[in-house]
Amino acid sequence: MDRYENIAIRAALMLIGVFFIAVIGLAILKGIDVPTCITDFPPFKEGKVIKLSDKEYQVQILARMWRFEPNRIEIPAGSKVIIYTTSADVQHGFEIEGKAVNLMAIPGAVNKAEVVFNKPGTYRFVCNEFCGIGHQAMYGEIIVK
Amino acid sequence: MRMEKYLRSMVMWHIYVGLLAISVGVIFGLLQVLSRSGIYVLPPNIYYQGLTLHGVLNAVVFTTFFIVGFLYVITETTLKEKLNKGLVYLSFFTMLIGTLLAGISILTNKATVLYTFYPPLKASPMFYIGATLLIVGSWIAVLNTSLTFLRWRRNNPGQKTPGPMVAVISIYTVWMLATIGVAIEVLFFLIPWSLGIVKSINPELARTLFWWFGHPLVYFWLLPAYLAWYYILPKVAGGKLYSEVAARIVFIMFIVFSTPVGLHHQYSDPGITNVWKGVHAFFTFMVALPSFITAFTIAASLEYAARKNGGNGLFSWWKKLPWGNYFFAYMISAMIAFIFGGISGIVNASYNMNQVVHNTSWVPGHFHLTVGSAVFLTFLGLSLYLANKLTGKKIFNEKLGTLSAYLWLIGVLIFSWGMMQLGRAGIPRRTNLGLAPYMTPEERIFMIIAAVGGIIMFISAVLFLINFVGTLLNKKEKEVELVEIDYADAYYKETNLSPIWDNWKVWIGIAILLIIINYTPVFYDVFRATYFVEGGYSPFSPLPMK
Repeated sequence: MDRYENIAIRAALMLIGVFFIAVIGLAILKGIDVPTCITDFPPFKEGKVIKLSDKEYQVQILARMWRFEPNRIEIPAGSKVIIYTTSADVQHGFEIEGKAVNLMAIPGAVNKAEVVFNKPGTYRFVCNEFCGIGHQAMYGEIIVK
Repeated sequence: MRMEKYLRSMVMWHIYVGLLAISVGVIFGLLQVLSRSGIYVLPPNIYYQGLTLHGVLNAVVFTTFFIVGFLYVITETTLKEKLNKGLVYLSFFTMLIGTLLAGISILTNKATVLYTFYPPLKASPMFYIGATLLIVGSWIAVLNTSLTFLRWRRNNPGQKTPGPMVAVISIYTVWMLATIGVAIEVLFFLIPWSLGIVKSINPELARTLFWWFGHPLVYFWLLPAYLAWYYILPKVAGGKLYSEVAARIVFIMFIVFSTPVGLHHQYSDPGITNVWKGVHAFFTFMVALPSFITAFTIAASLEYAARKNGGNGLFSWWKKLPWGNYFFAYMISAMIAFIFGGISGIVNASYNMNQVVHNTSWVPGHFHLTVGSAVFLTFLGLSLYLANKLTGKKIFNEKLGTLSAYLWLIGVLIFSWGMMQLGRAGIPRRTNLGLAPYMTPEERIFMIIAAVGGIIMFISAVLFLINFVGTLLNKKEKEVELVEIDYADAYYKETNLSPIWDNWKVWIGIAILLIIINYTPVFYDVFRATYFVEGGYSPFSPLPMK
């Protein structure tokens, strides 16, 4: 193998290494992570918002053809929200605009994410998995005051 | 190489079926981009039915038929051994019947489940059975090729596998390892459930099995394009393959790393520990390495060709590449698109970064640059090339081919840019956005830009089809006796190659081991954290199907 090829392969490996370390480093140091496996929260049958404290909310999102329950959530600015998602029928997605929250809502399974809303405003969340002919109308809003 | 008449005509029939599929597929591609942008809004049932057709016909039917046909040519011309005629027919007709069954169920709107067919959306059993037959048909082609290769091995003891055949082995190994996942999903879960024999299904388990298949599937599409870039393109450009060893290592790396990476499609999924998602992210990064090597080796091969054509300077040699040659135009456009496709793919693979783009318009923006351009354009270029080589007919208009290649590149870059901007704004994929109440006027503008790109792509595809049909209507210049594929010589030849690089059992063994290691904890998680659910749904009603 010639010298330049050798250099190119090493450079590519280093680049890939840097990318990987950056991504995982961010997950570990900053807590920007992907959903993990939870076994302590069985699939639920209705959506609800539970106020845990002044700045902490638990939101159980039930996705169904073709709406989210609840689809309008009001919280004060600075709140931490623990989100659980599941589905009552087919597979759905749950994605909050402008936040790194992107959860599949799968029947028979529960997904979880935590997110803090500091800036007041309206945050759109949409279904991003095809779920039938009403899919394009499936969305909701988180209103941060 | 003398190729029997039946095989020449059967390879062309594989290409005809593939191109027929894509002709229908691109029409729905155009309709989707028009509907998404609000220019011409389709009713949802037609939009999603068309989307299913677009995915299944373009990404599964076109690719599988084309690849099987193309690899027959590569196998016979490199090994100089005959394939089994009966198996060639059996494979083709099995795939064709499968395609017709699946096609009929989609056309009658009984399988509007998109090409991922996630349960509990339920399609008619005919759809799953059709898909199974398509895959089984391709397995027969793999069997045929394997038997031919083994006969070559017996007849040529001590010889190393020729380069293009290394690629064929890599492609078919990846395909066999991949299809195990979807075969388990369809045969053990979806077909019995859709026939009503079992009542319940585990959607998360089905997803995991699907993506075991779904990611190596993309390498099944991509590697035949790599085969053409490594072993044919340098010769057409007037040069040599820069390094034979690099090519071999690249194809072997794909055998090893293609499959244990499926979780990077499931970063957002419940029921799987994030550590395993990180492990799959690592292996996804590893599978990027052979693509980096490819970028280097192909660029070096082309530089060599350009310098032989009189090119000089540190960078200005590229002016001496044969830009006007139709074959080169298709391949170079494919590769330019793939630069952006590859980079955006690394973004998708990047674990937490994926949370921003998962299931958004970013993703179709990405894969129209990879499978939708790198693979698609390479296959179109090869279709014209093979039509010329196998039928002995002159290409209708080579300049039209060149034009159509560059036009597609321009179109797809505009399309993907618009789609990716929307994706970053959180606009979902697979959604009839023309009817979405949440789209803002600013977002609408990006979708209209994407539609402009889509229209250019459609025009390019029509020009290709005119060219291809025109070629078939041309008179035969000469009777084809010999089929000569322009295989490139190597600049750096393989010398003193260690036998390990020609030992397929070792590499396939390592690949299987990695699948077991990377998937055992995942299935353990899925079984302990997720449940089977009863009932199935049609996309048309929120009530369970009776």
